[in-house]
Amino acid sequence: MSDLQLLTGGEAVAHAMRQIDPDVVPVYPITPQTPIIQTFAKFVADGKARTEIVNVESEHSAMSASIGAALAGARTMTATSSQGLALMAEVVYIAASMRAPIVMALGNRALSGPINIHCDHSDSMLIRDSGVIQLFAENAQEAYDLTLIAPRLAEHPDVLLPVLVCQDGFTITHSAEPVALLADEAVPAFVRDYFIPHPALDVSRPTTQGPFAMPDYYFEFRRQQAAAIEAATEAFEEVAAEFAFLTGRPYGVIEEYRLDDAARAIVALGSTAGTVKDVVDELRDAGEAVGLLKITSFRPFPAAAVTRALAGVKTVTVLDRADSPGGAPPLRAEVANALYGSGCELDGAVYGLGGRDLHPADIRAVFAGATSSHIGLRGEPCPV
Amino acid sequence: MSRLKTLVRNQNGVPPLRGGHSLCQGCGVPLVVRTVLGTIKSPVVVVNATGCLEVATTRYPTTAWNVPWLHVAFENAAAVASGVESAQRALRRRHALPADEEVAVVVFAGDGGTYDIGLQALSGALERGHRFLFVCYDNEAYMNTGVQRSGATPFGASTTTSPAGLESWGKAQQRKDMTAIAVAHHIPYVAQAAATHWHDLSVKVERAVAAPGPAFLNVLTDCPVGWGHEPRLFAKVIDTAVDCLFWPLYEVVDGHYRLTSVPPETVPVKDWLALQTRFAHLLRPENAGVVDGIQMRVEEDWEALVDRCDELVAA
Amino acid sequence: MAELSAWNELPIGATVQPAGAPRALTGGWRTGEVPAADVSKCVNCLLCWLYCPDSAITLDGEAFTGFDLDYCKGCGICAEVCPADAIAMVAE
Repeated sequence: MSDLQLLTGGEAVAHAMRQIDPDVVPVYPITPQTPIIQTFAKFVADGKARTEIVNVESEHSAMSASIGAALAGARTMTATSSQGLALMAEVVYIAASMRAPIVMALGNRALSGPINIHCDHSDSMLIRDSGVIQLFAENAQEAYDLTLIAPRLAEHPDVLLPVLVCQDGFTITHSAEPVALLADEAVPAFVRDYFIPHPALDVSRPTTQGPFAMPDYYFEFRRQQAAAIEAATEAFEEVAAEFAFLTGRPYGVIEEYRLDDAARAIVALGSTAGTVKDVVDELRDAGEAVGLLKITSFRPFPAAAVTRALAGVKTVTVLDRADSPGGAPPLRAEVANALYGSGCELDGAVYGLGGRDLHPADIRAVFAGATSSHIGLRGEPCPV
Repeated sequence: MSRLKTLVRNQNGVPPLRGGHSLCQGCGVPLVVRTVLGTIKSPVVVVNATGCLEVATTRYPTTAWNVPWLHVAFENAAAVASGVESAQRALRRRHALPADEEVAVVVFAGDGGTYDIGLQALSGALERGHRFLFVCYDNEAYMNTGVQRSGATPFGASTTTSPAGLESWGKAQQRKDMTAIAVAHHIPYVAQAAATHWHDLSVKVERAVAAPGPAFLNVLTDCPVGWGHEPRLFAKVIDTAVDCLFWPLYEVVDGHYRLTSVPPETVPVKDWLALQTRFAHLLRPENAGVVDGIQMRVEEDWEALVDRCDELVAA
Repeated sequence: MAELSAWNELPIGATVQPAGAPRALTGGWRTGEVPAADVSKCVNCLLCWLYCPDSAITLDGEAFTGFDLDYCKGCGICAEVCPADAIAMVAE
């Protein structure tokens, strides 16, 4: 039977890790993910998990040690945020290309500078081209659930890629909500045993991993890797279906919230989706045809599902919690690509950078068609 | 049975590193690899930092390695090795690996991937006490990228980023004492060795893998291209580096220093410099003072090392 | 050389298995000199085997048998280190 506890998103993920009981967890502290590793370290110290924790000396080494452990044959997890993700970015790309099925909790936090410890999605966006899978949680329950789904997805034979489970820094990591936990005994059966095709510690079958590839082969390897992340959409749906059977909680690569006959829709990632749902309910009660498209799987981006979900919506506004100076904001660019030729009116706004809150009033303004290109920004309005 | 024959026997007919790679004619690195891996009787996993050895031995679809081998990036070999070592411990604890077969985790990194960009990851791994062997094959510059100076490049050496010229003597800084840095981490075993003193190196490898924690070997080897000499003179060049006291052979066991070899006859540093075109500019008469400075520094460092040693061992 | 593989034929993660991997015949690097041994002088010290950068010294058990010219790059180190003067670099 499931157990309802009052937990922050960080604590919930630590519980998921405890229940998964990974073999190796390299860790390095950074706000706002530290509650995850601290809570987990206490579980291990109390014998509630048998994990080998490796207190590395930087995030770059956290991901490097994770690759070593994962490819050696051990189930490996880690956690980071912001600058930590930026520092390990080089190695994140390599983890994907070496097909290391590492699960990493990401407490989304703004990238410096100026230095800021609060939530935005710039860290995730920095590594959007790295080839790692990125799942976004709306709340603590989702953070917990997606963390349990993650190892099955990462280790799926058609996938074999790192999976990042992203939750908004402070908003989710540090806010307590009721979270339903699976029974401890149910988790090992669900996540199953770790299996990779060529563990380095299997010395009877030596392999060379991480070779040098010249122009005659690099392109083909990149395509092979892209095919793996493309396969993750179906793999995610497969694992999520099993998870739904176990828990009654369904997950998809997107969530369509009251979109059926919506005339206006917002597209969003993360905890903002929860706020938008509240405003959608309020406006629907007042007779307005509005809806929300929540993206759960940002990478691989579910373009086909997005096109289908938004077909028939007249106006779509994409809310980005990251910008791309000199170019299109990242989520907007993906949605625009998916909606090309559909006839939808598309606009968008950047919001919430560096932890600036987004309020229901702001969302009502978006649905009223009074979008500013940078919601809540003080000063001269910017061209939309 | 002779130690060398033991190295052959330990291979069981399958050399850990085989031919077909694109290391230079006369490269000094394979000798180090062969001695290290030939000495270790247990199975190994090799973690290789980016550099000559890694690039030249693994151009897809070929490989020169018959042992499990991982390369991830330039600066993180020690961190990757920490992960492999932790995985072994974790899996052994869960009885997921055969209990009697301990796999040795061995890192090979050049001086660039050890002294400079690799220093942080190495320091962390040493501090955490992982049971692994880190072998630095020190040829005193970033050779793979075209002989650029590193923290290991000796004072006065001409490299492509510290070239000798009308207004330069080459590298203007003294090289780091990486062996001392490793000792400062209080690990069970640290040693300085030279490729051509293979017997001394092999004994050190045995002690290193028996150590109940991290072991660090700093092994001088040459690069005929970067150092500037005919490939065939490899043995003479490295032997002279040892004989002129530029590269003392010693070990530090739980903090206790011990010389493992003393040259029967010491030669002037100038004899070593004269063998390599990277030092040719120093041999001009107007630079005699610089050479004297190098000689003095080598002698001071030697005296300081001898002072630290609990025992001296005759060659 | 074999035809280059398509993207969907490549091993996952570029993992190479040594058995069956192709090998470059680096013997083609030699520039006119090749080692030659006078086996009668050889004392089987195995120093040439130890020093050879290209693993090009062939052994039968622990006895020297010759050179693997598929891989020998002609560096001359074996000739230089042989204590019995049993190896010389000769014109190829």
